[in-house]
Amino acid sequence: MSLLELSNITKSFGAIHALNGVSLEIEAGEAVGLMGDNGAGKSTLMKIIAGNYPPTQGQIQIEGQIVEFSQPIDAREAGIEIVYQDLALCDNLTAGANVYLGRELKRKIGPFSMLDYPAMYKRAGELFSSLKSETRPRDLVRQMSGGQRQAVAIARTQLSDPKLVLMDEPTAAISVRQVAEVLALIKRLKDTGHAVILVSHRMPDVFEVCDRVAVLRRGSKVADKCIDETSPEEVTGLIIGAIEAA
Amino acid sequence: MTDQTTDQHNRPGQGTAGSTSNVDHATIDESITERQEVSGFAAVMRTQPFWVFMAIIAIGIVMTFVSDAFMTERNMFNITRNFAFFGIMALGMSAVICTAGIDLSVGSLLGLCAITLGLTMQAGFGIGAGFIVCMLTAAVIGAINGILIAYLRMAPFVVTLGMLAMARSIAMVLSDNKMIYDFGPDMDLFEWIGGESMLGVPNVVWLLIFLTAVFWWVWRYSTWGRWVIAIGGNAQAAKLAGIPVERMIVSVYMVCSMCTGLAAFMFIGYIGSATNGVGVTYELNVIAATVIGGANLMGGVVYALGAPIGAALVELIRNSLLLAGIPALWQQFFVGLFLILAVLLEQIRNRGGK
Repeated sequence: MSLLELSNITKSFGAIHALNGVSLEIEAGEAVGLMGDNGAGKSTLMKIIAGNYPPTQGQIQIEGQIVEFSQPIDAREAGIEIVYQDLALCDNLTAGANVYLGRELKRKIGPFSMLDYPAMYKRAGELFSSLKSETRPRDLVRQMSGGQRQAVAIARTQLSDPKLVLMDEPTAAISVRQVAEVLALIKRLKDTGHAVILVSHRMPDVFEVCDRVAVLRRGSKVADKCIDETSPEEVTGLIIGAIEAA
Repeated sequence: MTDQTTDQHNRPGQGTAGSTSNVDHATIDESITERQEVSGFAAVMRTQPFWVFMAIIAIGIVMTFVSDAFMTERNMFNITRNFAFFGIMALGMSAVICTAGIDLSVGSLLGLCAITLGLTMQAGFGIGAGFIVCMLTAAVIGAINGILIAYLRMAPFVVTLGMLAMARSIAMVLSDNKMIYDFGPDMDLFEWIGGESMLGVPNVVWLLIFLTAVFWWVWRYSTWGRWVIAIGGNAQAAKLAGIPVERMIVSVYMVCSMCTGLAAFMFIGYIGSATNGVGVTYELNVIAATVIGGANLMGGVVYALGAPIGAALVELIRNSLLLAGIPALWQQFFVGLFLILAVLLEQIRNRGGK
């Protein structure tokens, strides 16, 4: 039984078919690279998994159970967390505050409930160290490097101990040194039994951390192969259409 | 050269090229880390209200030499009372500006609240009813502003500019352009609350102190405060984190308006009469006080202490010019000058901090 199983997902926006019967399976502890050119349907598929909108046809199963998401919170409750491309962090808050944004811990003092800073900073610190990141919870996100910000965004997903982490271009706008840091974070996620979907344009990243690679072209899945059985050249060919399918 | 010195400094004895560059990176990281870690007094020193407070102290010291009347109990009493009304309004304005919004309607709202409050009490209702009507007026206007801005995604500047005109007009219509100076059975209590003092401190200043403490707590320890600051930092991120951004924005404009409602209640009790001209151009003073107190129009920055400190500086400038014998015509010039200086100071601090 797969952790996540997408069967025949189709999504149409009026006359435009963004996705044509895409099926995908992911096991726990597995990382799948989702690749494709712009407009191939990657973000549409991401948004369907994330609960931004429902598929026109097809079904989503999590651990064998059929689920239907009508809004992102449903996906989160089903154990799916998303790291957005622009990271969706508040620069003017600390790393710890960002990790807990929207689900702050509180403690009661008489009739008042107040933010529980010690508990939030402690837990955020634990999350960072379990990710082997040196990010400190009390630092402002504004002053952080791209890699550290990525760690904050990933730590955010760990609060609810999700089954699946969806990452949209996590290495797009950061330096070479920071890319290594982020890839290490993804490996940590795998080691701790999380399934990861990595949407990326960067071939080396996918080949370094992913177990499988799925290629979308014009709304259809044209390949789904183990990393060992393919090569960057083949994947490139599949993406641009030089190779029809594999 | 730099490499060598840092190398010797950190790990004497290691001299290979590889380790030199490693150590160098570690040193850079460490020094960046140290600069990021600010606590206690250093953190206070990096805030705008601290520097504005220093300016207030400096002006105060100069003024004690310029004028004997400055450091008298009477003058201090007057200064604090005068700025307290603006300070209360600025507390609410800080919340709005923190979300990268603006509320231009507070001056007109002060006038409208004055009229609804005055009419209610003039009609023979008690002070409780007057207070409730005053606050309800404020809450409704704030809710209208907030709903137009949050749900219809209209620009705060335009919405509140429209409300500035509309609220003033409604005040004129309701009052029939007459002054209200009879506040019914509870008139004495009403004028005592707004105009008198306890323990030598004007009641309105007590209210300002209390509200500042409340807001300090709210910004630091409440979920509401945290979410408002988050929306100011990155509304999109706040939305994705599950924060009900629209509802929060409506509540922020209501809080701002209700601070103005409180100020109206105190202010009318103090001046003892209500006209529909109350509060004309006050929005500019309130925004000036808020910005001088460290609020950033780009959003995401708020200090509870900034509002009263900013309002205090504006009033202090006014008072000092008066006592120094400089013609009153210069007042607005100096208020404007300090406003620009405050923003300049913030720019410089930000550049240094990054």
